[in-house]
Amino acid sequence: MSNMTQQGQSRRSLVRAAITLSCAAALYQLLAMSGIFAQALLPKLQSIVSTLYAMLADGSMIEHAAFTLYRVLFGFALAIAVGLPLGILMARFKPVENFFLPLVSALMPIPSFALVPLFMLWFGIGNVTTVLIVFYAATFPMLFNTWTGVRSVNPLWLRAAGAMGAEENSLFWKVIIPGASPFIITGMRQAFLRCWIAVVGAEMIAASDWGLGWVIFDAKEFLQTDVMMASLIVIGGIGFVFERVVFGSLERFTVLRWGMVRAAKA
Amino acid sequence: MQDAVSIAVSPAPESRTGERLRTVARNAFPFLVVGALWEIVARAGVFPRKLFPTLGDVATAFVDLTRAGILPMHAAETVLRLLSGFALAALVGVTIGVLMGRSRRAEDILLPLVSILAPIPGLAYAPLFLLWFGPGEVSAVLLVAFVSMFAIIFNSWTGVKAVKEIWLRSAQSMGADDRRMFSHVILPGALPYILTGLRLGLAQAWRILVAVEMLAAVPWGLGWLIFGAREFLNTDAMMAGIVVIALIGLGLEKFVFQRIENFTVVRWGMMGSMAP
Repeated sequence: MSNMTQQGQSRRSLVRAAITLSCAAALYQLLAMSGIFAQALLPKLQSIVSTLYAMLADGSMIEHAAFTLYRVLFGFALAIAVGLPLGILMARFKPVENFFLPLVSALMPIPSFALVPLFMLWFGIGNVTTVLIVFYAATFPMLFNTWTGVRSVNPLWLRAAGAMGAEENSLFWKVIIPGASPFIITGMRQAFLRCWIAVVGAEMIAASDWGLGWVIFDAKEFLQTDVMMASLIVIGGIGFVFERVVFGSLERFTVLRWGMVRAAKA
Repeated sequence: MQDAVSIAVSPAPESRTGERLRTVARNAFPFLVVGALWEIVARAGVFPRKLFPTLGDVATAFVDLTRAGILPMHAAETVLRLLSGFALAALVGVTIGVLMGRSRRAEDILLPLVSILAPIPGLAYAPLFLLWFGPGEVSAVLLVAFVSMFAIIFNSWTGVKAVKEIWLRSAQSMGADDRRMFSHVILPGALPYILTGLRLGLAQAWRILVAVEMLAAVPWGLGWLIFGAREFLNTDAMMAGIVVIALIGLGLEKFVFQRIENFTVVRWGMMGSMAP
């Protein structure tokens, strides 16, 4: 019963969303056709769509997206490889925390983009700089959330597991990691969001030849607003897929199944 | 970060100065180690000195630029830009968010638009804004405002919706009119969320501002300073700029974000923030 009404509710909101979006699109189209603004600055919808289609068809958009994804995933993987173990170590061992916490606190407020010019000098233009900027942007949320997560594991669970004779190893894998997992997954989510922002910016500033950020910035020089809009759509789409599909299912398969958190109402 | 602070302000009853000294030493130690490593690498000549300046060079550049008034000028400009963009975002964002929370129709109209525009990284809009509004101040401020607006909208919206039904009904039965209901029940009820939204929005504005300054070709600003210094291989000036950026960021963290958090947590007993 409640399931039915929930379905009806979601269908209704879907219909409403479709109506508003088509109204907004129509409004935009009217504005673009009215000729108040130059055609080059405010392209018509059909030219955006046809540009998007053409770029997908000749493979250039896919290649740009592939380069961007490669940089993001590389940087993100590095950030997890550093942030996760360091966060756990900081939470478990006081000396490690004493050493790294002041450093992290000092580095964290520096926006990743401030380092782009420096990295460009050191590593040149291209993949290395972009990946490192992504890595820098993603490490801190990862580290911070892991650290918080491990520290906030219920001490009762630790003592219970200890009393039941769990040794260090299984305590770690069976109690601490699952206990900290909601925080760790939140950290991954935040880190990916930061990565996604950082990669676009880094690609714009440290322009190499490929990548979605570079396309947008390059298209500006030639007043190709339709290319810019098409890339914006792709960027938004990929971000959405990662946020909802990848992290959503990761959450479903781990913390939700373990019963660590209740499903949030969308 | 919270811990670094609480360590710094928790004095032992006896031997306060000794305890405090030890804390200072413990917090300073990592910086000394990293600084020493940096200095060794810089002096060893593994990298050209122009690209990897010693700490002394950076300090000299910092002092020189500060004395000449260049650094403070850039910093003031950046902070001003941050604040004006953020003020715009706060005004528009809270208005839209509250509207969405209060009116079913506004929610239906605005929510799909907001949820489509929000997931695109703000910086991706930068070239579009530059084309539409021209390079310079207007684009920079508008872009910062646009980017930081979404966190504010979402949190204000959630906050207004999270006001307890029973408060509304009891206020209504006690004869509160719409205006009183809004200013005495809804706004205070939603305030913790709104403040969280503002904090997130400001943090986002700060993260993006530096890049915006690099791209938007504004005449002053720390982002422009570091970007411009690259052309002349002034790595020491770049480092000095980054130090100032870090200091401003730290100041925001300490004096704005943590204050807001403490304020909301203490006043309303809300522990969990709405951070996405």
